Amino acid sequence: MIKYVIRRLMMLFPVMVGVIFLVFFIISLTPGDVATIILGDGATEERIKDLREELGLDDPLIVQYGNYMIDLVQGDMGKSYSTGLSVAGEIKQRFPNTFKLTITAIFLSVLISIPIGVISATRQYSIFDNIGMIVALIGISMPSFWTGLILIILFSLKLGWFPSGGMKGIMSLILPAFTLAIASTASITRTTRSSMLEVIRQDYITTAKAKGVSRRSVINKHALKNALIPAVTVIGLEFGVLLGGAVLTETVFSWPGIGRLMVESIQRKDTPMVLGCVIVFALSFSIVNLIIDILYAFIDPRIKSNYS
Amino acid sequence: MSDRTLSRKMIPATKKRSQALDVWKRLRKSNSAIAGLILIFIFLCLAVFAPLIADYENDALKMNIIERLQSPGADHWFGTDEMGRDIFARIVYGTRISLFVGVISVSIALTLGGTLGAIAGYYGGKIDNIIMRTLDVLLAIPTILLAITIVAALGASILNLMIAVGISNIPGFARVVRAAVLSIKDQEFIEAARAIGSRDHTIILKHVLPNSMAPIIVFATLKVASAIMATASLSFIGLGIQPPTPEWGSMLAGGRAYIRDNMYIVLYPGLAIVLTVLSLNLIGDGLRDALDPKLK
Repeated sequence: MIKYVIRRLMMLFPVMVGVIFLVFFIISLTPGDVATIILGDGATEERIKDLREELGLDDPLIVQYGNYMIDLVQGDMGKSYSTGLSVAGEIKQRFPNTFKLTITAIFLSVLISIPIGVISATRQYSIFDNIGMIVALIGISMPSFWTGLILIILFSLKLGWFPSGGMKGIMSLILPAFTLAIASTASITRTTRSSMLEVIRQDYITTAKAKGVSRRSVINKHALKNALIPAVTVIGLEFGVLLGGAVLTETVFSWPGIGRLMVESIQRKDTPMVLGCVIVFALSFSIVNLIIDILYAFIDPRIKSNYS
Repeated sequence: MSDRTLSRKMIPATKKRSQALDVWKRLRKSNSAIAGLILIFIFLCLAVFAPLIADYENDALKMNIIERLQSPGADHWFGTDEMGRDIFARIVYGTRISLFVGVISVSIALTLGGTLGAIAGYYGGKIDNIIMRTLDVLLAIPTILLAITIVAALGASILNLMIAVGISNIPGFARVVRAAVLSIKDQEFIEAARAIGSRDHTIILKHVLPNSMAPIIVFATLKVASAIMATASLSFIGLGIQPPTPEWGSMLAGGRAYIRDNMYIVLYPGLAIVLTVLSLNLIGDGLRDALDPKLK
């Protein structure tokens, strides 16, 4: 087990080094001179030259990347071009908010989707199943920023139950978390249903039924456990969608997380901040997938036995 | 004699037709797939015949402050926006952009990702490893975030938007095509083609790909849906289609400030997104079931 975890951890490093290089490269394509952007059009040529030197902008890209990596290992992600504050500090301050939002959303979607998926599968083609699947498909097709606006109109402006934005207490968390949860709820429901359907037709389920095991026990102990493996995969993948969705949801609800920070930084052409945000997003996504892979080993002993 | 040549000619033709016909027959049985097809047909008509439905310059673009924020009615079916422009006209012209960007960006992803996936799957070994590990890096960044980063660097324009959405979907297509190629490359007819001395690219293009189209078509249909969603998302945060060009996502961004008293301003453009994406998802699901009846 430990061997497996270590092996998976080792795989994380080359990917992260690649991710940071890729993002670094993409962002370096930004047209315009960074020094001029920071100092403004009125700056003297001398000052621009000094600043270029200070930021190492005249070095080849690969050297800039190397320097960035050396700083990054020490927890330094550079300074914001627009505020001069430390990027790492700003992200550290904002990250818990995004974490709170996405964790609540994934928790909500698992809580809703697994039971609906299981019931739909055990009563295939019933009214519950048909309506459930139509609703799930509509859920997948709704863009989160629109859902967010509609929820604000209904529950905040018309009914006044929840605040329409900002982050003050638990009430302000509910609408954005639900907005974010809808799409992933829909796709986890669909996966749970289809993998349940596949498992239910297996011989060992027939055997269990023939032995006289109660229906509830067959579903919970024999079927669900095996059907969960694809569902867990989708939960991992959905986390990526969720992190992407956080950028939009945080914008709609003025939620002070790194998604909104990233959008604001893009508008201000604040390159180091954008770079920092993308790296943190990619790292969180990779870590979640690592956790999912380790979870597999717990759910499915066959995987564990491969590595022990 | 003439009978025999006739029948010999008939065999491949009938066989080909029956395969497509089979799929169509199964697809036709699915109510939801038909609903999807009808919906997308309506949107296609809106896109093609937009100039007959509304005047681009006068209805969709020209500001008309006197008529701003009018509720839906006989004059303006979906009301007017904060600049007095007809929302219905803007949605109709927005259809053109959404479908165009969706299809082009998926074509970019399919061409590049598909080529990489086919090469990786067909040759295997070291080449496979290098390609797939490189794509793992792209996969580690959530799709929409990758697209946002690319547009943020290149600048907001319709071309850059298509490039960004296209590139961010490359790894997905590479994986699907690779899996499809892997499942087929060891079959006997591929071996036979190799035995008679066909070149690799002929085998891949003429034998492997046509026989692994099913999952690729399904995936591409679903990806057009998510590309349309991505386009709207990027435009919503100001990184996609720039105002005043009518685009659904940027219409929502523009109308955001007025939702308190004019909810229709965000209702209809959003519904347009939901219905387009939904129709493509319905078709994709239906196609998956029709192409592979075992899965149902």
